[in-house]
Amino acid sequence: MSVPYYVSPDQIIADKAEFAAKGIRRGRSVVVICSNQGVLFVADNPSRALHKVGEIYDRIGFAAVGKYNEFESLRVAGVRLADMRGYSYDRADVTVRTIANAYAQTLGSIFIEAAKPYEVELAVAEVGDSPKNDQLYRISFDGSVHDQSQFICMGGESEAISENIAREIAGDMSLTAAFSLAVRSMRPDVESAQLTDDLEVALLDRRRPRRTFIRYGSAELADMLN
Amino acid sequence: MNFSSSFFDYYTSVRPITMRESAIENGHGIDAPHGTTIVALRYRDGVLMAGDRRATTGNIIAQRDIQKVFPADEYSLIGIAGTAGLAIELVRLFQVELEHYEKIEGASLSLNGKANRLSSLLRSNLGLAMQGLAVVPLLAGFDLARDHGRIFSYDVTGGRYEEHDFYAVGSGAHFARGSLKKLFAIDHDLDSAVRAAVESLYDAADDDSATGGPDINRGIYPLVYEVNRSGVREVSPDSVLEIATEMLARRSNFPNGGER
Repeated sequence: MSVPYYVSPDQIIADKAEFAAKGIRRGRSVVVICSNQGVLFVADNPSRALHKVGEIYDRIGFAAVGKYNEFESLRVAGVRLADMRGYSYDRADVTVRTIANAYAQTLGSIFIEAAKPYEVELAVAEVGDSPKNDQLYRISFDGSVHDQSQFICMGGESEAISENIAREIAGDMSLTAAFSLAVRSMRPDVESAQLTDDLEVALLDRRRPRRTFIRYGSAELADMLN
Repeated sequence: MNFSSSFFDYYTSVRPITMRESAIENGHGIDAPHGTTIVALRYRDGVLMAGDRRATTGNIIAQRDIQKVFPADEYSLIGIAGTAGLAIELVRLFQVELEHYEKIEGASLSLNGKANRLSSLLRSNLGLAMQGLAVVPLLAGFDLARDHGRIFSYDVTGGRYEEHDFYAVGSGAHFARGSLKKLFAIDHDLDSAVRAAVESLYDAADDDSATGGPDINRGIYPLVYEVNRSGVREVSPDSVLEIATEMLARRSNFPNGGER
């Protein structure tokens, strides 16, 4: 009878983490950034149909990088949780903290229990009544949650992009300034005419009543940069 | 794995007990408030829905300013008559159902899809309807594909019927429909259409004790919503007030409407 090899828990977790991180690094980047008009989502995404950014609830948005089928099923689960809570209690009782916690629990247990961890990284954001009340959470493949202020950057080039954004970000930026900063940081070497190609952009618009999530078309994006 | 885009299907799969109440043996004995008259009519730009503000329990007025017309989503309206508690719950469920589909699929349901969905939600209430706790909704929406407003009526079994031009549901519906028959015109602008709706509700209140007329002393007037190409909008209470005041002045000389 053969004896199974012993693999230490440290090794298993390190291997899984490396596997997931490698999957995420291959993907294109997403930036979530606060502005005085609301929380802006900017995703590098050539597809018009397969979204990386989505609406969860009235004031809550979702963004993801990594494997599409994995984060899409998480997005749907988030919408279900939010709608279920809002229907059972009240619309005001759906908070981003609940959603972030549920994602953390789910990703955490998948990371430990499943043979293969999810190769995704998520951001959930809630727009407040003023920029200082905006809440941004980043949730990693292993279920760890990071509460971030002002901006989140995820995906392949996230470290370089984060540095670019951190250098110039200001406390009270207009929507156009935030958009321009996100795009220029994501595409430092691209000519201005091509800057808005293949971008998926959405805003949690602070000024809207009830459902605040809106998507931007490519014509509106070009206008925003000029 | 559940691939449904329906909130109702999901809800019933995780909360089976609450949605399938069958403990009530006979609802006829229950004194629950009832909502009364709702009217909908098409006009030049789309469709309009209005409701009186009264809920009754037997011969008692249960509420004077109840809301019975609601936006279901950005392009449709739902009005309700029948057992108020269940009806308002149905509206809430229908609103979540439409929003849920829209968020999961990234696109809105077609107007036919919304109308069919309301049918099946209604049918799930059939058990209670048979026991006397019926809900009768009225759906009106702007069909972007056909570029005009449409109206759907329902029966308690979930039967769905598309109406031409105008319709009314609730206890005063017969009188409101008779009135609309004379007042409706497809080329009405918004003001004339609101006037027709307010007049028809007045005629319903005139002959049906469960329908509330304009309450000048308390400042309670019909609630009116319109939906057209640019979406759902509440007709401002001020303009409803103005139209109702003008009508009341006219009716003090001609109580039956008309000019004689």
